[in-house]
Amino acid sequence: MLTVRGVHTFYGNIEALRGVDLDVAAGEIVSLIGANGAGKSTLLMTICGNPRAARGTISFEGEDITHEETYRIVRRGIAQAPEGRRIFPHMTVIENLQLGALVAPEEHFEDDLRRVFELFPRLRERQTQRGGTLSGGEQQMLAIGRALMSRPRLLLLDEPSLGLAPLVVRQIYDVVREINEQQHVTIFLVEQNAFNALRLAHRGYVMVTGRITMTGTGRELLTNREVRAAYLEGGQPTVRVGG
Amino acid sequence: MEYFLQQLINGLTLGAIYGLIAIGYTMVYGIIGMINFAHGEIYMIGAFISFIAFLVLGAIGVTWVPLALAIVLVVAMLFTSVYGWTVERLAYRPLRGSFRLAPLISAIGMSIFLQNYVQLLQGARVKPLQPIVTGGFVIMEGGGFSVYLSYLQIIIIVVTTVLMAMFWAILSRTSFGRAQRACQQDRTMAGLVGVNVDRTISLTFVAGAALAAVAGLMVTLHYGVIDFFIGFLAGLKAFTAAVLGGIGSLPGAMLGGVLIGLIEAFWSAYFDVEYKDVAAFGILILVLVFKPTGLLGRPEIEKV
Repeated sequence: MLTVRGVHTFYGNIEALRGVDLDVAAGEIVSLIGANGAGKSTLLMTICGNPRAARGTISFEGEDITHEETYRIVRRGIAQAPEGRRIFPHMTVIENLQLGALVAPEEHFEDDLRRVFELFPRLRERQTQRGGTLSGGEQQMLAIGRALMSRPRLLLLDEPSLGLAPLVVRQIYDVVREINEQQHVTIFLVEQNAFNALRLAHRGYVMVTGRITMTGTGRELLTNREVRAAYLEGGQPTVRVGG
Repeated sequence: MEYFLQQLINGLTLGAIYGLIAIGYTMVYGIIGMINFAHGEIYMIGAFISFIAFLVLGAIGVTWVPLALAIVLVVAMLFTSVYGWTVERLAYRPLRGSFRLAPLISAIGMSIFLQNYVQLLQGARVKPLQPIVTGGFVIMEGGGFSVYLSYLQIIIIVVTTVLMAMFWAILSRTSFGRAQRACQQDRTMAGLVGVNVDRTISLTFVAGAALAAVAGLMVTLHYGVIDFFIGFLAGLKAFTAAVLGGIGSLPGAMLGGVLIGLIEAFWSAYFDVEYKDVAAFGILILVLVFKPTGLLGRPEIEKV
């Protein structure tokens, strides 16, 4: 579904991605783990064309999207809940969700809204509240909900567990699995919280300073000695999902 | 009392016009964070297009005033929008992502260019237009002074109020309005939800130019004389209005416009008329020193 080949991305003179190869197949949950500053978020943003890849190709459902405008890429069915959640702070929850639905056909709006509220009942309670006044967990729910409103086929999630209480993290991971299993949305997840991300994922990648250094199934990576040393035992998983 | 009331009417009329221009400054600042110093010139071009349209209509024999006004309004808004769009396209879009001062310098260049362009095409002499909307009525009399409200003043205030209300409704209720506000709050994220950011910015310039065109039309009718230089002072005053109301805030621009209009009218009436511009720009300095976010502006949120 998503194919990334030899992608290099620069921020000014800094080479944030140094030749990334990666695949996400339809229906999968794929996790990318790596330390802070490894280039994970840059990869997600590069997939969405902001910034653009300096070299290499990115294709989605067989079509080259490397040089497409961000809004066109989004209209193809890629949605992102980005780093820092980026809720529109002066707009209400509903308005944020309406913006999410911008690229979706209008007739689905009511149904999609109901579905998002079923996944995140908290958002229903907060409907008329401004995005900026929500708690971190609620903002994350809104960011995912907003992404879902566009009816994506591929959902990109950037550190959905960052800064959240363990119980909230668990809720969010449960919802991510539900979205994948019941709504058949392919998920590409980026996390520092390796334990949760790898447990959830069918497959995983490890990124170090702009390069993919390891790949395998979620289970393989979880039991891999290097991964454990670098991201689990050393990096202390913050929470264990599902005990 | 009567004198005061008269100044109130005059101030509101003037303020409505400043408010219309100020919206263009504030919307553009809101979406791309720059002061479009060529906006005063866009207003001046709006005045010239209105002027030419009146002459053409007169020549082909459209003399029924309401019809002529409606046609000129639409024509001025359309043509001036094209100028607004073109200015953004030529002078600002290529500089997006460049250092912050670049578009500002480009804006000043554009402003000088447009002034000279109109001067070359239309000549430097003041253009007079015969009064088109005449008459009015006395609403109060007393103390040897009568309060006069002209039909033109009514038109200006009504048209301005209606346009502002429409614009407000578009921004707060429609999908375009949401996209516009999304771009103001977080342009990157707006792109990620599928907003065509470049087009939204273009449309913001178009909308600002259309409103400035209406202001240009009103001024042409109100004063009956225009020249290529009127955009400079009116632009600065409207900019002051936008800052006073809180730059980036739409209601702020409207409020600021009305306040600047009133300040000017009352200053001219009770103090030295020669210093009315000093009063307006004095306000600008005071606001910048004591309340840089303006009356209705919100403080910049530091984004981490």
